Amino acid sequence: MIHFVVHDEGDSVGVVVVEGVKAGQKLTGWIMDQDREIQMDAKSDIPIGHKLAIKPLAKDATVIKYGVDIGRVVAAIQPGEHAHVHNIKTKRW
Amino acid sequence: MDMSLGRSTFRGYKRENGRVGVRNHVVILPVDDLSNAAALAVENNIKGTMALPHPYGRLQFGADLELHFRTLIGTGSNPNVAAVVVICIEDKWAKKVADGIAATGKPVAWFGIEQHGDHDTIMRASRKAKEFVQWASELKREERPLKELWVSTKCGESDTTSGCGANPTVGNAFDKLYPHGVTMVFGETTELTGGEHLVAARCRTDEVRKKFQFVFDRYQQVVDRHKTSDLMDSQPTKGNIEGGLTTIEEKALGNIQKIGRQCLVDGVLDKAEMPTGPGLWFMDSSSAAAEMVTLCAAAGFVVHFFPTGQGNVIGNPILPVIKLSANPRTVRTMSEHIDVDVSGLLQRQMTPDQAGDKLIECMFRTANGRLTAAEALGHREFVLTRLYESA
Repeated sequence: MIHFVVHDEGDSVGVVVVEGVKAGQKLTGWIMDQDREIQMDAKSDIPIGHKLAIKPLAKDATVIKYGVDIGRVVAAIQPGEHAHVHNIKTKRW
Repeated sequence: MDMSLGRSTFRGYKRENGRVGVRNHVVILPVDDLSNAAALAVENNIKGTMALPHPYGRLQFGADLELHFRTLIGTGSNPNVAAVVVICIEDKWAKKVADGIAATGKPVAWFGIEQHGDHDTIMRASRKAKEFVQWASELKREERPLKELWVSTKCGESDTTSGCGANPTVGNAFDKLYPHGVTMVFGETTELTGGEHLVAARCRTDEVRKKFQFVFDRYQQVVDRHKTSDLMDSQPTKGNIEGGLTTIEEKALGNIQKIGRQCLVDGVLDKAEMPTGPGLWFMDSSSAAAEMVTLCAAAGFVVHFFPTGQGNVIGNPILPVIKLSANPRTVRTMSEHIDVDVSGLLQRQMTPDQAGDKLIECMFRTANGRLTAAEALGHREFVLTRLYESA
């Protein structure tokens, strides 16, 4: 069972692709571009389609997904935590 | 390159101007809001016709009026349309739109309401519509080569699964169709924000790149001029955020997966502008689903790929919209809207190549006449793009 997918091994975040992920759950991730699996412990409940951090992200760090800058961290995020609009913002507009 | 794909054919309607359609609609086209009632009455009188009501066409001017005419004429000219009855409050503009469509060689008739009233207009237009629909019903599909198919794409209600599943599936299909001379288009100018450099890098020539950068920068200026704080209330949309997309950059990078990894951007089109050759075109356009798909139909595209994450239900009156999703929840809860389920991609149960092939197979079945989910459900969103307020 794949619980989350990561586009590229350099990315900061992965996408949960199953329903009902709960804090404390052991998750298996698939890194698509390198075609390998990683393990992660969920630190939050995360809805399907939402992201989790796969590495520690300090405040003001740049978030990388698809190997590209997708915004900045506005509140520090631990690996396995839910990463979304409450802790990441666009650098545009 | 898969050579067998290049030899593939579909069964379409060859039109007077050589273009090939995959549907055979007789359209009742109102030029303005005032003519909707008569157009709908004709549709009701004559079975097998379809009216395209819309709220615009009065006191528009300049580029906005030009776009209005280009969209209406383009819609009537689309090869999925066999014949058109144009209705307008005034003769002059009815004739202008009808003449534009008649340049394709297809049967067109026009009717002005002034000096006649609705009753007389509906009666005369209905007689003509009956003649057209009976004529069109005898047209036959014929075997046509793949390269005569024009395919557009635009995604909607995207979420993070769009970027890992449904959009790369379109990209895989585009990469396979491109070498065979298929004409393709993508757009959604503001939804490239954060990934515009990746599109610029894919432009075939410096000239195309400059034109792309110009339209991209122009749209950013529109956003800057009208925004109140930032676009966080609109881009990403509430649905996108619900689906897990956090920033416009993330949405854009997912969006760009639709143009695959190999095909190049061969040219840039204005809204509803027709491409002049095969290849992949970028159309400067809104990212609102119904607006963008309406512009694709007006530019002459005959089949549309619509990847969705959270489950957009859009259709178009004349352009069959094929929906695909990789989100297992959407596929389960909104199955009646999904033509191609690629959720297996996210569980490694399907490769991107298999997903692309599945979409291409659905494309051929749709081109050959199978109704899409949106067609069967009656989704006929016809939404004209406005550039600014009326005079």
